[in-house]
Order: sequence, then structure tokens, then C-alpha cells
Amino acid sequence: MRLQFILSEIGIGLRRNLSMTVSVILVTCVSLTFVGAAALLQLQIGKMKDDWYDKVEVSVFLCPQNSSTPTCAGGEVTDEQKAQIRAALEAPEIQPYIEKIYEESKDEAFAAFQKQFKDQFWASVATVDDMNSSFRIKLTDPQKYQLVADVVSGRQGVEEVKDQRRLFDRVFLVLDRATLLTGGLAVIMLVAAVLLITTTIRLSALSRRRETGIMRLVGASTLFIQLPFMLEGAIAATVGALLAGGALWLGVQYLVTDWLGSSVGWIPYISTSDVMVVAPLLVVVAILLAGISSVVTLSRYTKV
Amino acid sequence: MSRARARTGRAYPRGGRSLPVPDPGRTVVIRFENVTKVYARGARPALDRVSLDVERGEFVFLVGASGSGKSTFLRLVLREERASAGRVFVAGKELGTLSSWKVPSLRRQIGAVFQDFRLLPNKTVFENVAFALQVIGKPRHHILTTVPDVLDMVGLAGKEKRRPHELSGGEQQRVAIARAFVNRPPILLCDEPTGNLDPTTSLGIMRLLDRINRTGTTVVMATHDDEIVDQMRKRVVELSTGELVRDQSRGVYGSDR
Repeated sequence: MRLQFILSEIGIGLRRNLSMTVSVILVTCVSLTFVGAAALLQLQIGKMKDDWYDKVEVSVFLCPQNSSTPTCAGGEVTDEQKAQIRAALEAPEIQPYIEKIYEESKDEAFAAFQKQFKDQFWASVATVDDMNSSFRIKLTDPQKYQLVADVVSGRQGVEEVKDQRRLFDRVFLVLDRATLLTGGLAVIMLVAAVLLITTTIRLSALSRRRETGIMRLVGASTLFIQLPFMLEGAIAATVGALLAGGALWLGVQYLVTDWLGSSVGWIPYISTSDVMVVAPLLVVVAILLAGISSVVTLSRYTKV
Repeated sequence: MSRARARTGRAYPRGGRSLPVPDPGRTVVIRFENVTKVYARGARPALDRVSLDVERGEFVFLVGASGSGKSTFLRLVLREERASAGRVFVAGKELGTLSSWKVPSLRRQIGAVFQDFRLLPNKTVFENVAFALQVIGKPRHHILTTVPDVLDMVGLAGKEKRRPHELSGGEQQRVAIARAFVNRPPILLCDEPTGNLDPTTSLGIMRLLDRINRTGTTVVMATHDDEIVDQMRKRVVELSTGELVRDQSRGVYGSDR
């Protein structure tokens, strides 16, 4: 009896305020889509960090032929210079920071270049002599880049020292900013959602004041009086959250997996399975939103 | 009259609820001890040091001009308001110290009937009465047996499927009384139940309230209707600008007539 009664009360409330219910669903949907997008961006950053930081190295590019860099005035790097650079890198004082050093010849560099940029114009015009031979250094702690760079930069035969991490950090910075932006929009939309849910519950409570008045009079418990209103808000918000989950799923599937995945393939992307991780969280957020709004509203409008 | 008594034979079918007083012949169900109620700071009190006992099974008329404090009295009993000073006891509980989550269980022991009926327009007669039981979580089979019984008792058998607007004023008030009484409360409060009804219809309502009173239910009725009060010859409590000015058993409406 109780359950059936409460369910029918909820049905009446949702139908009576249909346009408000729909607007609650839409606003929670949009706000939670932003929340979800921010979460997915962070997941994407995490994925790229996992994938890239393992591969990140400090590259000491050695002088090729015809370089204009002052340290390369003597032409292509000599074996003697190479030996000095290696000795400097293997010096005991910086040894703890270096995990591994290996040398890449210009032939290997050329092969890698051809592989990475096959089908593209500059792969066909580059020659082996345009390539740098290099030392690739893997650091025990990527933060200690500067120590290693100081040891080798400026030496004869070294054209340039590059930290690949710097490059990635710029990408991550862009993504972090994007997260902030979506997060900010999410907060604004969440505020709108809370206000709208509050108003909807209040309207619903006012339109059923006669019923709740009689309920109080005949001794219905506060919970029994308030539960239908709370559940109305929670149901509308949950539907919004599910729609947001669906929107994110479609977005990831068509924008990331199908489109970005096929056009810029070398980046590890998030997938729809990540959406499945985020979606339940969105539902939890939605229920929390509705719960907070109803507690605040109902304590004022259906007082015993 | 005897039919009604037979149907609702026991005075307290929901289990006896009364003050823990040893003498069963004198059980006080409503007690006001020096009760004062002030709504706005500095205003004249709506009730001014009122002391009153209502015993189980009594029928009490609460009379007095508009603004004399009759409605405030009833609202205090229902604990819709709290006394500003003094103590109010209802069904053995002191309302001043009653925590708000216990208020619903207090109100389940009090039926209330109003001048404006307060029925739900989109529910049928049966549903209106059943509503009072549904919202306190009574099981379906209990509702299906109790509601027809009480509708029969108030004389609305056969009109279960009507909606309030299809009924006369008297019939609507009978629905309201059925709703107030369906849970067999030991106390029935009536706030001008005949205020919107013509004299003949009012008489019918009074017969019904008298019948309910004879089942052992305490009835407190606020009214302006001098004819009814004079006819019934029940206890009359008169309030005037918040003060209790008369308490008379088997009284009449105006003391100066």
C-alpha cells in the first residue's frame, strides 16, 4: 500500500509539473555533461602521461653536416667529441640521475623518421645526412632534466639538448586549461540545476498543499509527506544524468574513437569504457544535487 | 443510535489511549494549565491563562465571538501551535515537551473537522476517506474493510464513487467526519462544522457527532450556532477575548439570555 501510494503520488507530481520536470532533466543533463567532459579530459591526460612519460627522454642532438650552431663550427661531430660527451654523461656526480644512455646513429634516426612520416612530403626529400646522430638519455627522475642538460650543452659537437617532456607538458597545459574551462561551466550549470530543482520541488509542494495539509492533520510522518517530492527531484535528476552519460558515450565514440582515433592515431585515447566509469559518478552527483535541494526546500515548505 | 453503538461497540478499538490515571471513571484527555498564547510580541494574547479539563467521553461546546480564541484552542490541541506559557496535555502527553517527530503519532489520536470540509476535489468519497489511512501506512485490506464501515455509519453508503462537487454541503461534511473518524481517534475536534450549512442539515451533522460521542469519543466543537448549543444541552465553555469566562455543564449558548 505504502509503496504503491508513494509511486502514484510521484507520478501525479511529475505529470502535473511536466514542463518543469523536463527542464530539470535538461539542465541536469547539460551540467552533468560538462562535469563528465571535465572528468574525461583528466582521464585523457592521465592516459597520455602514463603512456608518454615512460618513453620520455632527454635527447642530446649531435652536430650534423652544415649546422649553423656555434658549437658545430667544426662540421659533423667527430668520434673524439662523442667520446668526450659520453664521458661527461657517465661522470660519477650525475650518475644517480641517469638510468640509461644509448646512442642513435644518423642511419637509425633516418629509418625512424621515414617510418613516422611515411606518405608525407618531407620523408621523400630528407636524406641520411640531414639527420642528427644523438644520445638518448633516460632519467631516473624526469624533473632533474636541467642537471643533465648543464653537463652537455655548450660542448663542441652538441647541437642541441632537448627535453621531450617540455613538449608534452605544453600539451598537458592545454588540456588542463580545457578541464578548468569545462569544470567552470559545469559549476555554473550545477548552480542553475540546484536552483531549478529547488523551484520545481517548491512548486510541486505548493500545488499539493491541500494534500500535504490533510496528511499532516491525520498524522502522516514527515518522511512520508516529503518522500514523494524528494523522489520526484531525484528521478528527474537521475534521468538527466543518464542522458548526460549517453551524450558522453556518443561523443567519445564518434568524436574520439572514430574521428580523432583515425586521423591522429599516435595518441592513446580514452574509450567508451572510460565513459562507463564516469557515468555512475554522474548519477551519484545528480542524486546528491536533488537530495540537497529537496532537504533545503522541504524543510521550509512542508513543515509539520 | 443502537445500530451505531453495535457497530462501533468498543469505545477504543485501537487500544486504550488515556492518561495514566488510576480512576477509570475520570480520565482527562485534554488538560490546559494556565495556557497563554501570544502570536505576535506585544499583541493581546489569543488565549489568556486558560485552565480546563476535558474528560474522556465528554461533549464540549466551545463558544465565543470571532477572535475569542476558539480556533487557537483547537490549534494548540493539534499542536499546530505551541503555548507561549502554561502546559497543554493531550492524550497523556505534554505537548510543550513533545518532540516534533512524535507529533504525527499524537495527531493520529485526534480527528479534526472544519467549516470548509477540506476534501480533495479530484478524489472520490471512498478515496478521500481512504487517503487518511493510506498516508499513515495502513494495509490495503484494513482500508477496504474500514472505509465502507465508516461511510455506512455517517450515512453515505452507496455514494462511495461520487466526487465532492457532486455532493451537498451536508454530505461533504459527512465525508470529512468519516475521514476524521475512520481511524477511530479518541478525540474529535470540530471547528464550526455547521458554519456553512443550513439548520436542517446542521441538525443531521449534530446527530452524527452525538452518535460518535456515544461511542466513547471525546468531542470538542467550536461553534457560533446558538440554536444547536441550546438544543444539545451539553457542556459549554465560553471564551471571550482569550479568557475563559464560563464553564457550564448542560449549558446554553448565551449566559445572559
